[in-house]
Amino acid sequence: MRSEGRQQKGDVWVWLNAAGVTLSLLMVVGLVAHIAWKGLVHFWPQPIEHLVVRNQTGAKHLLGELADKQERHDAQGAVVEGEFQRLYKIGNRRMNGQDFVWVNERDIQSTEYPDGATVLERLEWGNAYGFLEGVEENGKPVLSREAPDFLERLQERHNKARALFASIHEIEKNDIGSINYSMEQLRLEKRRLELDGELTREAEEDLKARQEALQQAFAKLQERLKALRQQASRDTLVLRLVDGSISKFPLYHVVRYYQPNGMGSWQKLGVFLDRIWEFLSAEPREANTEGGVFPAIFGTVLMVLLMSVMVTPFGVIAAVYLREYATQGWLTRTVRIAVNNLAGVPSIVYGVFGLGFFVYFLGGNIDALFFPEAKPAPVFGTPGLLWASLTLALLTLPVVIVSTEEGLTRVPKAVREGSLALGATKAETLWKTVLPMASPSIMTGLILAIARAAGEVAPLMLVGVVKLAPSLPLDGNPPFLHLDRQFMHLGFHIYDVGFQSPNVEAARPLVYATSLLLVMVIVLLNLLAIRIRNRLRERYKALEH
Amino acid sequence: MTENFHEIKPEQVEALLNKEVDVQAHQVAIDVDRLNLFYGSKQALHDISFQIPEKKVTAFIGPSGCGKSTLLRCMNRMNDLVDGVRIEGEIRIHGQNIYDSGIDVTALRRRVGMVFQKPNPFPKSIYENVAYGLRLQGINKRRTLDDIVEWALKGAALWDEVKDRLHDSALGLSGGQQQRLVIARAIAVQPEVLLLDEPASALDPISTLKIEELIHELKDDYTIVIVTHNMQQAARVSDYTAFLYMGNLVEYGPTNQIFTNPGKKKTEDYITGRYG
Repeated sequence: MRSEGRQQKGDVWVWLNAAGVTLSLLMVVGLVAHIAWKGLVHFWPQPIEHLVVRNQTGAKHLLGELADKQERHDAQGAVVEGEFQRLYKIGNRRMNGQDFVWVNERDIQSTEYPDGATVLERLEWGNAYGFLEGVEENGKPVLSREAPDFLERLQERHNKARALFASIHEIEKNDIGSINYSMEQLRLEKRRLELDGELTREAEEDLKARQEALQQAFAKLQERLKALRQQASRDTLVLRLVDGSISKFPLYHVVRYYQPNGMGSWQKLGVFLDRIWEFLSAEPREANTEGGVFPAIFGTVLMVLLMSVMVTPFGVIAAVYLREYATQGWLTRTVRIAVNNLAGVPSIVYGVFGLGFFVYFLGGNIDALFFPEAKPAPVFGTPGLLWASLTLALLTLPVVIVSTEEGLTRVPKAVREGSLALGATKAETLWKTVLPMASPSIMTGLILAIARAAGEVAPLMLVGVVKLAPSLPLDGNPPFLHLDRQFMHLGFHIYDVGFQSPNVEAARPLVYATSLLLVMVIVLLNLLAIRIRNRLRERYKALEH
Repeated sequence: MTENFHEIKPEQVEALLNKEVDVQAHQVAIDVDRLNLFYGSKQALHDISFQIPEKKVTAFIGPSGCGKSTLLRCMNRMNDLVDGVRIEGEIRIHGQNIYDSGIDVTALRRRVGMVFQKPNPFPKSIYENVAYGLRLQGINKRRTLDDIVEWALKGAALWDEVKDRLHDSALGLSGGQQQRLVIARAIAVQPEVLLLDEPASALDPISTLKIEELIHELKDDYTIVIVTHNMQQAARVSDYTAFLYMGNLVEYGPTNQIFTNPGKKKTEDYITGRYG
């Protein structure tokens, strides 16, 4: 009887625990599902509505995608029961001044979904909505929508124009970028020689010759660019807008065009995947509200990897000293408490420290010592990748120290003695046996560190992250990895797009998409680390008898 | 009692008759001289003096906590690792006091190998386990390592069982095989003395038998000191036996004599199972 009563009493706790776990799971799943839905739906082609809306002067035609729907508010801000207003993305910002427009439902006279309605994603001025009319070559119409194979031929021309644009972009970014880089290096070399008083006539001649060679190469590239640009802008797309007016713009400005109303699911899926791919692989356009986030993904991953490379040796060395060499006493206890407390310091404080110590003090001194020729422009004395990684390494150091220490204590005494009894010194024992056996714990620390560092934004804003970095921190110019460069970061990108964007409505889906991406990047980095840890665990399975 | 026990060797007959310990008949390998050991203020070993003969098996017996493992661990200075240990007196191995200030402890441990109670192979391959001590000495030549590993594994009677999987993890071996691997690891560096700290206590009877046979073979080449809880084992494998009680060396002599005709009442009581 008594045991039964006990069991029932226990049941309550079991249920409570289960409820707690369920709630947590629901919250996590709900969070991810919400972000994923809001983020992914943005990439799916939405139908285009053609609306006739009543207004003071009569009727107005609108063409656009439904973006939102909510209850209407009157002038005092009170909700008007039973009446709704809709938000349409009508694009054509150049004409309308804005991408979005609110429409009262009761003003809508008619709605239809015309087959020929086309979305055009452009390099500039956001989306355009309208009906394709034809193509002009150097001002003369060459292709009209009446042509039987209009869409195929348009596609052909578009592909050509985009290929030309791609090569223009390639030249601008890579070739001219690297020439600029070399020019700058030459300037610095000259200045360095000047400062050292070694700028002889020969050296000067030599520098001049190299500079001229670069300038010639530059001129040649300019020449080629000009030709390419001319070719690319040969074709002009003619678009009829919903109000009947005609809009023309270079065909190569069109990133992608599609006619969602006439598309089947498979075609839509194609556009969906294409847009996701663009998001993952392209650079941002239009103040980060369009295009992709590749530089941000790259920056995040590179920064986390650098952070890992920095934090692991520091953390392991500190833990080894604390656990293996230091005499256990009040001092080591104090150090341990201090380390644990460091983990609780708000991250922005690390950012401030990083800015003050790493950037201004260390970076400033490095500049003064090694880069006097760059003055007054800072090299390392400015926020950059190195300092961001170091700051985050410092931020995550406690986690690595604590878990490494735990790992060290778990290595059986028998194994250490076995090694010592064979004539190994303490250091040899540590290096050859104890540390390998503690490596799964070190990896655990690193996993926690990665989880924390990849999602950190606040300190990065002070020590190296920017809204838009002109070039990746890794490129083809020696020394290839540019630790002094500023970089983009997914977390900061979310903040920037969501709150600093000139076009908040257009950017909102990207906030969700980028959040989803950030979560996925962190999950991926963690999975990678967990995989490595499980391998190590398998190899260094503790001696359990 | 096994047959081994009744096999009295000629040189021991005389000793039995004299009731005197006469290890001088052999070369002395380890000479323990007035050894005292303190853990903090607690004295664990009291004024112990005796001599261990070369290329014989000497067993330490006694109840738990009597100091036999502590004494064993003095012989390769493993007690140095314990905080708060103080040692007085001398232990001379082949005439050299190992507690001299100038002694190189790692070199000493290379000369005095040790096998522990629980098998403690490293989480590496079988091959790398045996090669560990050699690599520490800077021997990295593949051919040399191959030869010594094979020789050591044969010496530990393990070669036939593992020769096809030398590069598999040592943790996949059975407990008995692991213990023989650890012995192979110890003899690979060719020590003069082998210290065995209850080497069979964690093993099943068949593995224990194998270890005992191995000890029998190894004593041709090494001076072996073994701590054991198991008196039959001491009787089976050892030539000399030391009985320790409460940190004191109560009696030391040829094994036959200790077991058949102990000189002290305490020894007799322990051997006949009256306590311990």
